[in-house]
Amino acid sequence: MKTIDFAVDADGIALLTIDVKDRSMNVLTPDLMKDLGSAIDKVVADDNVKGAVITSAKDSFVAGADLMSMVNAYEDGRSAEDKYRDARSFQSLLRKMETCGKPFAAAINGTALGGGLEICLACHYRVAADNPKSVLGLPEVKVGLLPGGGGTQRLPRLIGQQNALQLMTQGTHLPPAKALEQGFVDAVVAPDECIAAAQRWILEKGDAEQPWDKKGFKVPGGAGLMHPGSIQTLMVGTALIARETSHNYPAPIAIMSCVYEGCVLPIDAGLDIESKYFTSLLLDPVARNMMRTLFINKGAADKLVRRPKGVDKTAVKKLGILGAGMMGAGVAYVSARAKMEVVLLDRDRDAAEKGKDYSRALLQKQIDRGRSTTEKAEAILSRIKTTDDYADLEGCDLVIEAVFEDLGIKADVTAKTEAVIPEQSIFASNTSTLPITGLAKSSKRPEQFIGIHFFSPVDKMPLVEIILGEQTGERATAVALDYVQQIRKTPIVVNDSRGFYTSRVFGTYTNEGMTMVGEGVNPALIENVAKQAGMAVGPLAVMDEVTLELGYHVAKATKKALGDDYVPNTAAPVMTRFVEELDRRGKRFGKGFYDYPEGGKKHLWPGLAEVFPHAAEQPSPEEVRKRLLYVQALDTVRCLDEGVITHPADGDIGSILGWGFPPYTGGTLSLIETVGLAEFVAECDRMAKVYGERFAVPDSLRERAKSGLGFYAEYDQPTRSAA
Amino acid sequence: MADAYIYDHVRTPRGRGKSSGSLHAVTPIELTAQMLSNLRDRNELDTSYLDDVVLGCVSPVGEQGANVARVGVLAAGYAENVPGKQLNRFCASGLEAVNTVASQVMAGQSDLGIGGGVECMSRVPMGSDSGAMAADPKVAYETYFAPQGIGADLIASKWGFSRDDVDGYAAESQRRAAQAWDNGYFDRSVIPVKDQLGITLLDRDEHMRPGTTKEDLGNLNPAFVMHGEQAGFDAVALLRYPEVERINHVHTGGNSSGIVDGAAGVLIGNKQIGEALGLTPRARIKGFASIGSEPTIMLTGPTPSAEKVLKRCGMDASDIDLFELNEAFASVVLLFMHNLGIDHDKINVNGGAIAMGHPLGATGAMILGTVLDELERRDQSTALVNLCVGAGMGTATIIERV
Repeated sequence: MKTIDFAVDADGIALLTIDVKDRSMNVLTPDLMKDLGSAIDKVVADDNVKGAVITSAKDSFVAGADLMSMVNAYEDGRSAEDKYRDARSFQSLLRKMETCGKPFAAAINGTALGGGLEICLACHYRVAADNPKSVLGLPEVKVGLLPGGGGTQRLPRLIGQQNALQLMTQGTHLPPAKALEQGFVDAVVAPDECIAAAQRWILEKGDAEQPWDKKGFKVPGGAGLMHPGSIQTLMVGTALIARETSHNYPAPIAIMSCVYEGCVLPIDAGLDIESKYFTSLLLDPVARNMMRTLFINKGAADKLVRRPKGVDKTAVKKLGILGAGMMGAGVAYVSARAKMEVVLLDRDRDAAEKGKDYSRALLQKQIDRGRSTTEKAEAILSRIKTTDDYADLEGCDLVIEAVFEDLGIKADVTAKTEAVIPEQSIFASNTSTLPITGLAKSSKRPEQFIGIHFFSPVDKMPLVEIILGEQTGERATAVALDYVQQIRKTPIVVNDSRGFYTSRVFGTYTNEGMTMVGEGVNPALIENVAKQAGMAVGPLAVMDEVTLELGYHVAKATKKALGDDYVPNTAAPVMTRFVEELDRRGKRFGKGFYDYPEGGKKHLWPGLAEVFPHAAEQPSPEEVRKRLLYVQALDTVRCLDEGVITHPADGDIGSILGWGFPPYTGGTLSLIETVGLAEFVAECDRMAKVYGERFAVPDSLRERAKSGLGFYAEYDQPTRSAA
Repeated sequence: MADAYIYDHVRTPRGRGKSSGSLHAVTPIELTAQMLSNLRDRNELDTSYLDDVVLGCVSPVGEQGANVARVGVLAAGYAENVPGKQLNRFCASGLEAVNTVASQVMAGQSDLGIGGGVECMSRVPMGSDSGAMAADPKVAYETYFAPQGIGADLIASKWGFSRDDVDGYAAESQRRAAQAWDNGYFDRSVIPVKDQLGITLLDRDEHMRPGTTKEDLGNLNPAFVMHGEQAGFDAVALLRYPEVERINHVHTGGNSSGIVDGAAGVLIGNKQIGEALGLTPRARIKGFASIGSEPTIMLTGPTPSAEKVLKRCGMDASDIDLFELNEAFASVVLLFMHNLGIDHDKINVNGGAIAMGHPLGATGAMILGTVLDELERRDQSTALVNLCVGAGMGTATIIERV
């Protein structure tokens, strides 16, 4: 056995210690499954063995399945029946363990997730170490799957349908004490007593029959539709899943169905149902999309896959921030939290202090909620020095400017900063609109000039967009990426272009929404369909938030900057009307597409129907959805063609983490693969005829559709990751 | 094809559907038996001529289970050769039972039968039979199940009926029901329900609140906010109706049908049996139709079912003297009036379920009887009886006096 150490003690208790050698955490590899089977056989065969304890040699117990092997399952060409048989085989292994007649106890020394926890659930007894880092849960739903190792059957039989559904449909992790409270762990003990406690249970109790195999077993709290409590759980649970998923994610409802259909049957029949639903999810692109983008490729991005190889690892110790507005204040907070010394500079101390107040307020909130202590907060705040003196930037490894979006002002602060910072320091701009190459012209050291584009609010948004100007050097890229890793955010690396990647493509979404308003599409339909398609906020609501006025000015400025190259924006007439004629400039001004009644909920402005009368024929929700999503996907393809992004993973990750493109799609490019290249092209061709050039299919995509090769086909997948 | 004639009909008064209701102590079988006995006795009927007794019942479990029709026939002391059948078309079950007996007669496979229904909602609460529609996750998810109240509020939101509109309708229902009772319009058909000593338990619909004004109704809290907002059903409904910005919860206990106990039966037969038994036909069942409609909004069936039966009979809405549409929720009736261009003076002229209650399985037979009595009182000819139905259906019947 390669992954399990097998030993039998003097009392006749076998100890199975899991240790998957080439991994930092144990994951359920094919080897481990095979070895577990052999170990069970050994326990059964040896008359001297009374029972067995399963534990792990690592800090964690078993962290789950090997996602790399599953992401490929979607298109590996094997039949549904083969996949179903694979799923059944792991279940059968665990079923054999729990019915072999000898007691098995899990000594859960650390984190047990997914398949790891499912091994424990199939044991007759579970004792967890009181390890503060340890969590237990069935998070499969987060990658579009369901617990396929018996989790959907054993957990509700242990703790009842309602709690089990809560844990499995949310993918919640619980610390051992909470797991004990819920009842899927039998005891929590000190870490060094964990194995002994499991052994003691085998010697003293050692009941080798699961509750659900005992005569007269009933699911706690009831199951099926003859039980009033159960009906309520299933009915409301289903509606809440529909609300949360808008029918875009198949896993949560599949989990509900496994629990509902399986819990009224003998467990073997329930397990069979679970395998079938599991297989259907494995064959669904949503699971592939979520695993590929949110775990495998995001994991690689977090490990700085795009970092220039030749530059030694760096770490920012002292960070300068120019401008203590909303963005600067947020950057100061996340950087001070990451143990950096921060200099927060604004034109006067008061303004800088106001920026620091942002950190004070956030930390106070955490203290109030019991998530931090005064000492910890003080330590973080002590690392933020406020100033109006450029001399204080002395010694900064990295300076990020977040001043007003004006070339002149930016040039001025760049010069003042470069006069005092060390020669090797990197200077970054947090601009969201101005091209980096242009800004770098005011730098003495353009190869050390880079864009680090944060999203608002900085403390919540997970993505950072690194923008390379024409002259940005490898060291600047490496330092920026190392810094992003220090603040524990996910970076994508893009090349310079107007709006870079994220702002540019997101603009196509709001643009399409406003264009539809201009065409007389019912605005409620636009907003609801956008949200139901999975976008966090409707396009009209977004425009109100960022203000129509800003959109209006950006459109004007772009026109001025591009001159003859300017392609008129299809939303411009709507924005112009709202700003110039209607004076409805956005939420900040109290009115926009929406009305904002005091103390009431916002609602679409009723006058909209008079200004832009509803067309007699309204598009189908499906058509509105396609327009809103496809327009973003197409512009991402253009970004790839133009070299704004250099890898499809950056496009996909950036879209989901940057502007909230729906995760089930896997991102803007994965969406195209999900729809199917040929079908997507055909639809866009149709839409280009109806709606205009913005739906025109780029040649590269047409070629791709012909060859049938997806965006990821020519790239190596990053190596393994676990969940 | 034979004609199906209505010879008589009776209904019990409707008792409040809770433990304080006057019929709460009466079992469904006893209620059914009293209804059937009365129909027999007042027609001096030799029940052995009956080919079938078909009763609607929407929660056919527990004491309403195991074929309430056949057991009711036995309890009423009918001839033992009379079979019984229980059916379920949700809220239209009582009318569907009438239509079923009429079809048997029209097809020449039956001479005489009783169609009707029973529901003791105080004893067997709504939903007691559970069912997959709302709670089998796969089924409820794929059909976008939402409770009826959400559908009623969605109708109001989509077609722009305000709280004021639905309350105004409800107040008028109360006024009309009270007036009809006060003037004795229901006397001919409502039978008193008695206890085993022969003492009357109830002889008048007790759910009514005469004198209710629109302003009174305006003070009630909307009933489906929690279903809609906390339990997620508004979102489910909007997935099907994204053109509606949000659901305006206008329905309350005061402008929705009341939960009550009650039973009704209609005696139907061909011409020859009436002559043989000395019964006088009161109306002919001209046609009937059921349809399926979008299940999430659930309650928009009345328009297509009415259109279908009108077409089947070669008639227009303007040919109908009186409409009777079950007042499941005020918005359902307002939408039907809007769609078919029906004047309020021609529909539910003696009030309806908002005032008097809706004993699910029985209502269809009750309102058919009510409108027949009213046609006779007014000396008018035709009526269209209609109900919205759970899971998105509609059932409608046209009758014509002879």
